[in-house]
Amino acid sequence: MSIPDKATSLALLREMMVIRDFEETADKLSLRGKVSGGMHNSSGQEAVAVGVLSALDKFDVIASTHRSHHHTLAKGFTPREIMAELFTRATGISGGRGASMHLGDVERGHFGGNGIVGAGVGIAMGAALGIQQKGDKKVSVGFVGDGGMNTGRTWEAINMAVIWKLPLIVIVDNNQYAVETFVGRVTGGGDLAKRAEGFGMKAFNIDGMDVLEVRKYTSEARARALAGEGPTFINALTYRYYGHNVGEKGQYRTLEEIEQWRTTKDPIDRFIKVVLDAGYASQAEVDELRASVRAEIEDAVAFADSSPEPDVSTIYDDVDSGMLGVQL
Amino acid sequence: MTTTTTTTTAKVQNPSYSEAFQSGVREEMTRNPGIFILGTDLIERGGHFAQVKGIAQEFGHERVKDSPISEAAMVAAGVGAAMYGCHPIVDLNFIDFAFGAMDEILNQAAKIRFMFNGKVPLVIRATSGVALGGAHHCNSLEALFASTPGLSVAVPSTPMDVKGLIKTALRAEDPVIFLMHKKLSGIRGEIAGENYFVPFGKAKSVREGKDAAIISYGYSIVTAQKAAQALEAEGISVEIIDLRTLFPLDEEAINNAVKKYGRVVVLDEAPVFGSITAEIAATATERNFSSLKGPIVRVGGVRAPISANPAMADAAIPTVASIMTAVKKVMSY
Repeated sequence: MSIPDKATSLALLREMMVIRDFEETADKLSLRGKVSGGMHNSSGQEAVAVGVLSALDKFDVIASTHRSHHHTLAKGFTPREIMAELFTRATGISGGRGASMHLGDVERGHFGGNGIVGAGVGIAMGAALGIQQKGDKKVSVGFVGDGGMNTGRTWEAINMAVIWKLPLIVIVDNNQYAVETFVGRVTGGGDLAKRAEGFGMKAFNIDGMDVLEVRKYTSEARARALAGEGPTFINALTYRYYGHNVGEKGQYRTLEEIEQWRTTKDPIDRFIKVVLDAGYASQAEVDELRASVRAEIEDAVAFADSSPEPDVSTIYDDVDSGMLGVQL
Repeated sequence: MTTTTTTTTAKVQNPSYSEAFQSGVREEMTRNPGIFILGTDLIERGGHFAQVKGIAQEFGHERVKDSPISEAAMVAAGVGAAMYGCHPIVDLNFIDFAFGAMDEILNQAAKIRFMFNGKVPLVIRATSGVALGGAHHCNSLEALFASTPGLSVAVPSTPMDVKGLIKTALRAEDPVIFLMHKKLSGIRGEIAGENYFVPFGKAKSVREGKDAAIISYGYSIVTAQKAAQALEAEGISVEIIDLRTLFPLDEEAINNAVKKYGRVVVLDEAPVFGSITAEIAATATERNFSSLKGPIVRVGGVRAPISANPAMADAAIPTVASIMTAVKKVMSY
């Protein structure tokens, strides 16, 4: 696979490092009670988020899942505003009303994380319909997990995207466990890309631990969508290193299995090797990069911690527009 | 397909309830290119109640889209497109079919504005109410939607209000549940011109009275009028208040009726337990207990699924006789 230029490659690496550091830091803060309502850690899944989002334009739309920190960071939101959201502070991206599962900002093309498994693809499909209706040159990306792959409505949305040739990319951020249920135990037919092909969608099973592979397939899908060739389904096989939720006592998989993925397939370690081999950076420069990421995340925590709580009196704001009662 | 935007607001004399909907939608579609309609059997059939008949032929197939029978995806398509900046009308045909899209309606559409710095200008239109057709096509879900923060609910009973309310819904930024009663589909009446809007949360008095008030909406207004006529013959003069929207609810009109008469009947077709009539009676009692001459009496549906048998279906909902009995009860205080 061809390697992007130095600046791009280092940006990809840095973004994956930002996600890893953010997640491991937030995980600890969650255990200390700083994260209201707990959180879902995406460590291990960095290549899916960064590979996809780096292949998109900043005006493209995404809709995400209950595990949405990595997608949101990769979309270009700052660690500060996401950490502040985890702390449910007024400076968070959802004004403190959402926390971990409900990161979103429609005006900036993020149509929301989601507390409900399988809800995001439908909303992304709707955004793709909006893009088509307006004749815009954009795409919409719907993230879904392996768990969401067994919700009926996700396939309703996929069918609709196919029949109307919508500019939609469905990304299965397939970490292989729906909470504690292994995907192989609950997925009829086994092969998700084949399922999507059955709906008439162009579909691929790819290595979700390889940022360049994810980026390449997303790029090609985006080009097809912009050319009016319709939607693409990408099942990116990845792995989450931590539990479904912070503090989980997992007995559904072995420590050896986790260790094996971490030591042989880690997306950051693998990409560091690519960067070193290409001569884009020395080990010392990679270490410096990591240190700069560390400082950025510490700054985000300090920002979140010192941010104001939302004013409780704003509780009725934006429940509705208030326009319906107005005589126009 | 090319989109024709020539407006054919040919004056329909004495339009039907469905034609009033068409008229309002046509005018707003001409004005706002972001409005499109998505639902099943809309293009050729014009919808099961002719509610969009001819609109596809006039505006093109991009703006009237025939959808597969996928309620969750239909509403999700509307939600996503609305967030993106369109103003979709998702036609669910019968409101009972909303059960297949409940997460999209109650959990997604209703909450996006609150959390995500976005708007969801979306109309979910459906036919509602009790008629023939049996248990799966006659659910009264108004209370469920009206009690969900973020949703508004319109329940027009006349062609005039259908047009005025749909035009308001299509100018606002909110998810609106727009319920059109089956048994009103064929009624005819006046409609107003292009600049007439009915605000949500503003009830209308449809009959003057001296002794008591009936507060209701939808097809029950028709039954209430028959009951009021019969009561008039017996010397009881009843005002009828048509709520027109259930959220926002015109609490001022309700309070005024309580204060004016102290004798109030609330009426709809939903099973009484947990219904809108419960909400109205409780709120009115809390606010104006001292104005009441006796308890507010509720008339509603029985706690049983709707039967296909016509006599059993009739027995499930209020009748002229049951409304008269209720009014006489409040008159007895």
